[in-house]
Amino acid sequence: MTPLDVAALRKDFPILERTVRDDRPLVYLDSGATSQKPRSVLDAERDFYEHRSAAVHRGAHHLAEEATDAFESARRTIAAFIGGQSEDIVFTRNATEALNLVSYAFTNSTLEGGPQPFVLGPGDEILITEMEHHANLVPWQQVAQRTGATLRWFGVTDSGRLDIDPSLITDRTKVVSVTHQSNVLGTINPIPRIAEMAHAMGAVMIVDACQSVPHMPVDVTALGADFVAFSGHKMLAPTGVGVLWGRSDLLAQMPPMLTGGSMIEQVFMDHSTFAAPPQRFEAGTPNIAQAVGLAAAVDYLEAVGMQNVHEHEVYLTGLALEGLGSLPGIRIIGPTDLTDRGGAVSFVADGVHSHDLGQVLDDSGVAVRVGHHCAWPLHRRFGVAATTRASFYIYNDEQDVEALVAGTRRALEFFG
Amino acid sequence: MNLENLYQEIILDHYRHPRSKGLREPFDAEVHHVNPTCGDEISLRVDVEDGLVKDISYDATGCSISQASASVMYEQLVGKPLDQGWPVLDEFVHMIEGRGKVEPDEDVLGDGIAFAGVAAYPARVKCALLGWMAFKDATLQALGKDFT
Repeated sequence: MTPLDVAALRKDFPILERTVRDDRPLVYLDSGATSQKPRSVLDAERDFYEHRSAAVHRGAHHLAEEATDAFESARRTIAAFIGGQSEDIVFTRNATEALNLVSYAFTNSTLEGGPQPFVLGPGDEILITEMEHHANLVPWQQVAQRTGATLRWFGVTDSGRLDIDPSLITDRTKVVSVTHQSNVLGTINPIPRIAEMAHAMGAVMIVDACQSVPHMPVDVTALGADFVAFSGHKMLAPTGVGVLWGRSDLLAQMPPMLTGGSMIEQVFMDHSTFAAPPQRFEAGTPNIAQAVGLAAAVDYLEAVGMQNVHEHEVYLTGLALEGLGSLPGIRIIGPTDLTDRGGAVSFVADGVHSHDLGQVLDDSGVAVRVGHHCAWPLHRRFGVAATTRASFYIYNDEQDVEALVAGTRRALEFFG
Repeated sequence: MNLENLYQEIILDHYRHPRSKGLREPFDAEVHHVNPTCGDEISLRVDVEDGLVKDISYDATGCSISQASASVMYEQLVGKPLDQGWPVLDEFVHMIEGRGKVEPDEDVLGDGIAFAGVAAYPARVKCALLGWMAFKDATLQALGKDFT
């Protein structure tokens, strides 16, 4: 059973009223890529533009004051949502930018010879995992290339769990960066345990929480992380806004990635000094209306209840695993049990390429993601070039899962 | 548009039974192309002599559209002089990129016409063109020219 009144929630999402491909009702199972937006979020964004639109943190006028209030109030709302302080919340464009902001801190500090927590060199190690999204993989490859540090990773078991090899965390390990929940496998990783191991060796612990913050209760203190990155658009908010949360003492030392307006303290012709966090990391005019939209999304999610969101998705995941598992020739890539598992279900079908499977599903109005989902090495690990991924959110119901299973059966028959 | 329109019998047949698949010698140039959005890959070799396409050999993984497209291309281009092959390639690209608004020339395309339905699905354009672009790249390399 689901704890949510999905029929009531669905009424808040205007896009779910439309049809696709020859008037078929939309079955949206691609929230892992981006979520749909409730009316309250769209209204918040529009309301900002209609009534309070101005540049923030400058301007001596009434509108600038209200815009700044709205922006900083959004920061407080988001901080409270993840159990953090508002001055530790940095607005970015998305989670990719948030992760790059941290990774560039290591590259730039290494080039400049400080500050020390961010300096890497030959012999130092960066530890990631084989289940990372490219956004938490490629930036660390770049850091390793530029600093001389070595990139290492935890593998993944056949059942899609993280293969935590404690011998990989040593006093050489300076950075540990791990996804909280795999965008492909659905696996929820034991971040507090990994963070404890990382901290015991003095490493900085970074968490890609892109697939967890939208889908379950997340408390940054309980996670034990030093940095946490996530995107707004995957949690009912507009595109263009993401968040980096960082531990105050680390943010205080961290160098900026982008420089320019709004992030300075004093500027002279030959040098500048930088503002305190979070402004130091928010060069240029930020995505103000989108941050306001993100706060409205947080309000919406809090009213639904994050534990309810998680339980609902686990319920649908169980139905999907059962339904797909009953079809011949379907192999689930990821855990087939519901322990520490979120609502992303990836699979391959014998004799049907995922692109073709996705096409048949699309013909039935079912929107899924096909391909490697920006986790190419993970797919290689499982010996597949591509998978089909269904991912769930609060507006999905049992009928959506049934449509997924029926569409998959149709594809098997069509190409069989 | 329905599925049968997209996945015409010719496409399904070439997908299930790709013609002359596998890498062969001799060859003048070999390329490896990928579709980074879905991970489809093709290795392709061409054997060109005196302006004649003597052989195209390929090894590929991917969806039905990309697999069948490479197989149809093999049938349409091998044994043809290049000055007859280029117009086929150009017409195929023109049709696939035409968003369904191009009237394809069956006399030029042969079985390639079966892919007309792909043009209605922008997400599948790269699938249909993967093998053809690999051929173009390899052939231009064989002729000592740059791929553009």
